Amino acid sequence: MNNFNHYYDSETIRQVISVIVINEHNALSRIVGLFSARGYNIDSLTVAPITGSEYSRMTIVTTGDKRVIDQIVKQLNKLIPVLKVNEHKSVIEKETVLIKIPINQPISDVEVIARAYNGHIQNVTDDAIVISATDEPHRIANFTNIMINRFNPLEIVKSGVVAMER
Amino acid sequence: MKITGAKMVIESLHEERVDTVFGYPGGAIMNVYDEIYKQNYFEHILNRHEQASIHAAEGYARSTGKVGVAIVTSGPGFTNAVTGLATAYMDSIPLVVISGQVPTAIIGTDGFQEIDAVGISRPCTKHNYLVNKIEDLPRIIKEAFHIARTGRPGPVHIDIPKDITAEVGNFEYPKEVNLPTYKPTVNYNKRQLKKAMIAISKAKKPLLYVGGGAILANCGHEIREFAKKTNIPVVETLMARGVMGHDNPLLMGMLGMHGEFSANMAAYETDLLISLGARFDDRVTGRLDEFASKAKVIHVDVDPASIEKLVKANYPIVGDLKVTVDGMLESLKDMELNDYSNWVALLKEYREKEPLRYIDSNTVIKPQWPIERVGKILGNKAIISTDVGQHQMWTAQFYPFSFPRQFITSGGLGTMGFGLPAAIGVAKGNPDKVSINFSGDGSILMNIQELMTCVQSNLPVINIVLNNNYLGMVRQWQTMFYENRLSETDLSIQPDFKMLVESFGGLGYRVTTKEEFDAALKDAVDKKRPAMIEVIVERNEEVLPMVPNGHALNEMTLIGDLNE
Ligand SMILES: Cc1ncc(C[n+]2csc(CCOP(=O)(O)OP(=O)(O)O)c2C)c(N)n1
Repeated sequence: MNNFNHYYDSETIRQVISVIVINEHNALSRIVGLFSARGYNIDSLTVAPITGSEYSRMTIVTTGDKRVIDQIVKQLNKLIPVLKVNEHKSVIEKETVLIKIPINQPISDVEVIARAYNGHIQNVTDDAIVISATDEPHRIANFTNIMINRFNPLEIVKSGVVAMER
Repeated sequence: MKITGAKMVIESLHEERVDTVFGYPGGAIMNVYDEIYKQNYFEHILNRHEQASIHAAEGYARSTGKVGVAIVTSGPGFTNAVTGLATAYMDSIPLVVISGQVPTAIIGTDGFQEIDAVGISRPCTKHNYLVNKIEDLPRIIKEAFHIARTGRPGPVHIDIPKDITAEVGNFEYPKEVNLPTYKPTVNYNKRQLKKAMIAISKAKKPLLYVGGGAILANCGHEIREFAKKTNIPVVETLMARGVMGHDNPLLMGMLGMHGEFSANMAAYETDLLISLGARFDDRVTGRLDEFASKAKVIHVDVDPASIEKLVKANYPIVGDLKVTVDGMLESLKDMELNDYSNWVALLKEYREKEPLRYIDSNTVIKPQWPIERVGKILGNKAIISTDVGQHQMWTAQFYPFSFPRQFITSGGLGTMGFGLPAAIGVAKGNPDKVSINFSGDGSILMNIQELMTCVQSNLPVINIVLNNNYLGMVRQWQTMFYENRLSETDLSIQPDFKMLVESFGGLGYRVTTKEEFDAALKDAVDKKRPAMIEVIVERNEEVLPMVPNGHALNEMTLIGDLNE
C-alpha cells in the first residue's frame, strides 16, 4: 500500500470554481494572494457584486491535479470572508471577447465569421471596427485565433469566464 | 458610552480579560499608549524590539493557553513584528496583534512611517483587519479574539489608523460574534469515527502520531487515557513534546529528522497511523512517499485543509481534537480490541537496543549534559523555551518533559531569536515556574536586547547558552553534506557574554565544568533574577540520530555510525 501514489499519477484538470465572498476592500487580495502564495494557477478571474446582497461572486478558472484542486477549495473555504466555494461539475460557461480590426479589412468576411460565434459588429469608425462575441471559452479561443490569423487585430480584450451550474 | 478609539482598545482588551500586553510605542499608536498610561486593567511589558513583543506574547500564549496580545506602531514597528507573526502563524498560536497606522487621510500617500501593513500580514496571519470606521472597532476586536482562539488557532492582526484612535464614538462591546462566513467544525462525523474505530480494532500495529494540535486543543489527558486503555504506542512530534510525559511506558519517543530510532521505526512499520493534530511536516516525515508506507491513515484535524494536504487519509476526521478523542474514548466502551502487546514489546526492544544517548566526556562539557542536568534538577518545576539549532533538538531529545505546554519552541518557522523573548512571556504567565531558555551562541544574539526587558520588568528568565562558537546546526550540515566547507558558520569571535549580561543588570556566569554549572544554576534559581549561564561546550558535537534530508525514516544515521 502506498499513501501517495494516487496523487502522483493524477492528471492535470481544468476546474471552474466560484467563490461567494463578503464585499470588503481586502477580499480580492486575500484570494489572489492565496493562489500566489501557494503556487496555484489562475487562468481567469472575474468578480462582481451579487445584486441585492453584501456578497460578491468570483469565478475562477484554474488548472492543477486533483490534490491541488482539493487544496484550493479547502484553502479558499478557510478564508474568513468566504461564505461558499462551489467546485463546478456541470456548468454553463461564458466568456466575452472584444476585437478591434483595421478598417481596411474585408468587413463582410468579418461579419460572417463573427456570426458563427454568436458575435457581431459593435462599432465602426473611420479607422477600425470593433466586434464582440460571447460564447463558451473554447469557442471564444477558436474565434480569437481565426481573427488573429486573418485580420491583424489592433486590440483584443477578453472578459474572463463567468459560470453557472446547469 | 462615548469614548475615543484609543480608550475603546483598552476597554475591549479589558472585556477580553487580558492581563498582560507586550509592546513598543511610536507615533501612530501614541493615543493608545496614552490610554495605557491611564489604565490599571492590565500590565504592559516594554520589550526592546517589536519582534520580541510578538514572541513574548507567543511565549505567554503557548505556555498559558490564553490569547497573547501585543501592540506596536506603524511602519518599522509593524515590519519588525512580521517575523513574530509568521512564527505564530506556522505554529497556530492564538495572538491578537494591534498596530498603529497613519491617519486615514494619509493612507496611500507614502506618508511618514506608512506601510501596507494588512498587505504584509495577510500571508502570515489567520485573518487581519484595517479599521476604517470607529464604529467597527469594538466588533473587530471581539472578532479578532474569537478567530484567534477558535478552530485552528492563529494570529490575528488589527491595523488602526491614528485618527480613529483619536475620534470619539459610541462604545458597546458586542456580547456575541456574528460571522456567518466563519464556522469552524467542532463536532466530528460520527459515522466516520466509527469506521476509524473499527480500523483500530482490526489493526495489528496501530500507532498514535501526536502533533502540536494536541497541545493547542488541551487534550493531553484524553490522549494519555486513550493510549492507556487501548495499549497503543505513541510517538510525538517536536511540537507535541510533553503530551505523554517522558516516563510513560507507551511513549516511543519523538519522531522525525532527529527523532528516536524506536519512534521512526514505529512509523515505518505501523499498519495504522492514527494522526492526532499533526501536520506531516517534512522534518517529521522524511521522504514523504516512504512515510508510514505500510499503513492506512486515520487523520484527525480541526483544519479541513490539513487533511489530505500531503498524505492520503483512509479515515479523515475533521473536528476539535479534544471532542474527537473524547468520542474515541466513548466508543471504546463497546468495542473489542486486538492485543497489541507484541507490537509494543517490539518497539520497546528497539528503544532499549538503540536508546537516545550521547557519549559523555570528562574533559569538556557535552552540550546534551546541561540539558539533562537541568531536567534532573528542575524537572517539571521549569518551563523550557529554546532558540533554533542543535541546542533546540538536544532539548527536545534530552529534557524530560512531563506535561503539555512545558516545551516552548518555534517549530514551523524555526525562528532564531525566539527563545529569550518567548521565555519572557513564559515568566510573565507562569510566576510559579522557573523560566529556562536554552539557546545557542548564534541565536541568543538575535534578540539579546531583551535582557533589558527582563531586568526592567523583573522577570527571572534564566538563559542557558550552549556556546560551541559555531552556528552549530548549519555547521553540522556543512560537515556532513558539504565536505566540511564551513562557510560563514564560525563564531570564534563572540562578545564576553558574562560582561554583556552584567551590563544589562542581570546575573552573568561563564562555566566550563560540570561543578561550575551546578553552582551557577543553583545561584541563578535562588536569586530569582534575570540570568545567563554561558556553557562552553564541545564544538563539534553532532545531533544524532539523523535522517538525512530526502531520506526515509528508517534510513537513519545512528550515533554508533559516527562516534564510536
Ligand atoms: C532567523 C534565522 N536565521 C537563520 C536561520 C538558519 N539557522 C538554523 S539553525 C542555525 C544555527 C544556530 O546556531 P546557534 O544559535 O549557535 O545554535 P547551535 O546550532 O549551535 O546550537 C541557523 C543559522 C534560522 N533558523 N533563523
